[in-house]
Amino acid sequence: MNRLRPDLAKIAQHVPQGTRVLDVGCGDGALMAELQGGKGVDARGIEIDPAEVEKAVARGLSVVQGDANRDLVDYPDGAFDVAILSQTLQTAQRPDFLLYQLLRVGRTVFVSFPNFAYWRMRMALLFQGRMPVVRHLPVSWYETKNIHHLTIDDFLDLSAEMGIAIEDSWFFAGGREIGGANANWRAEHAVFRLSR
Amino acid sequence: MASKDAPSFRKQALPDPLPLDSGRELWGVEVAYESYGELNGARDNAILVFHALTGDQFVASEHPITGKPGWWERMVGPGKPIDTNNYHVICANVLGSCMGSTGPASVAEGGTRYAMQFPVITIRDMVRAQMRLLDVLGIETLHAVVGGSMGGMQALSCAANFPDRTDRVLAIATTARHSAQNIAFHEVGRQAIMADPDWQGGAYYDGKSPDKGLSVARMAAHITYLSEEGLTEKFGRRLQDRPDGSRGSKSFGFDADFQVESYLRHQGISFTDRFDANSYLYITRAMDYFDLAEEHGGRLANAFGNANDTRFCLVSFDTDWLYTTADMREIVHALNAVAAPVSFVELSAPYGHDSFLLDVPALDRVVRGFIG
Repeated sequence: MNRLRPDLAKIAQHVPQGTRVLDVGCGDGALMAELQGGKGVDARGIEIDPAEVEKAVARGLSVVQGDANRDLVDYPDGAFDVAILSQTLQTAQRPDFLLYQLLRVGRTVFVSFPNFAYWRMRMALLFQGRMPVVRHLPVSWYETKNIHHLTIDDFLDLSAEMGIAIEDSWFFAGGREIGGANANWRAEHAVFRLSR
Repeated sequence: MASKDAPSFRKQALPDPLPLDSGRELWGVEVAYESYGELNGARDNAILVFHALTGDQFVASEHPITGKPGWWERMVGPGKPIDTNNYHVICANVLGSCMGSTGPASVAEGGTRYAMQFPVITIRDMVRAQMRLLDVLGIETLHAVVGGSMGGMQALSCAANFPDRTDRVLAIATTARHSAQNIAFHEVGRQAIMADPDWQGGAYYDGKSPDKGLSVARMAAHITYLSEEGLTEKFGRRLQDRPDGSRGSKSFGFDADFQVESYLRHQGISFTDRFDANSYLYITRAMDYFDLAEEHGGRLANAFGNANDTRFCLVSFDTDWLYTTADMREIVHALNAVAAPVSFVELSAPYGHDSFLLDVPALDRVVRGFIG
């Protein structure tokens, strides 16, 4: 893996060979390129930012400029083996609807998101009384794209409520993978593998 | 158009009559075309470029009438995004046009010109004629079909009706269906031609051609190819220098006071040197009839049912109000519904619909990346 973000590298590692993959919020297509080159994956992407789409298409990837909140409904049921949503859930208008759509179009879903209950966030909020601006969430509250901050435990609750099966999970802090114990305190980022 | 001194075009006669969507058959069809770059031994590196309404086969070489460079030389050529060092690029004059392919100005059986006896054709008929050309040229599968505007309609029609003939479809600034507004603008143009007394029911080939009408048609259409922003930037309300030397004053008459008027008049008049008025009627009609969903049971996704392993790339421009981003998104939605591999991007460019022909570096990068 050449310099993929740790959550993306983890997802890339666990996507099976030769599958059909939809990367929602694919950016310039770094993960797609990795999957297509290394694993013979048939990768498609959705990205909202035209400049990123242009970069992805210029590298020969199939990426559609669009808004996942609106456009995922067009895809048929089970169109993909794998759907990926990295660092995008917290920006969705309705994260629950987006999860539902992802699990409809993909049999397996990888989701990664920043954990708002990471201990540094808790400390910052407790002692400064202001929305934290930290390494893994570096943007002020008024200009962040993150409109639905969530914690790992929030995600587990929602998954249970929606009847989503959690097949695997990985946690990261300081750019490295950490164990799962007390992840809701200790993890900056989480990656989940889900199925219906 | 002066037909007596028409240049000789490179053409191919189709061996069989061409069946048309109207139910008629057209005998003795000739397709004029140009090609660039070498066809490889496997015959699998050919790219077919479809031209727009008033375009022609001279995509990357000098136009024999106007002497101007090819209409897409910025995109097609050695080292260009569609690189003729690697690909064999073919561009054919569409059926119904007037640059060597069979059209209303062609001589029918019996020795007279078709004029309005020419059958009404469709976008699919144009594509069918070009597929027949490929048959003759011995090219079974194309690396890509590429087109902007009406060229994009042909590219989409090719994907829908001849899905096995191409691996890739690049459709720029186009639509899957002509809207009421699109039809309305075309109708203004057609009425201008038919209102010209020189049109004579289309039978003008031995006399004076309806240049006035064709010129007005071109002027009206040309407005739709530009953005308001582009027109304002280029001309604003600036006044034209007058022949008598008075600069920038109003004539209090009906000469071309404004620069934009003078520009449009020039566009209209120079167009009549290279285009046949009846061809303009027939081709605009074909565009108006274009509705890819209608051809396929009313559902656009059905049109692409057999093209789900074809790679698509669609590009729109934010200032194009003729064929809008919303029009192109409908195509994307249909392609998603059949899970076809599709790329789509709306590029920002100030020139309106004509952006696809002009200097938009982001388009070059997208085309190069998609064609490979």
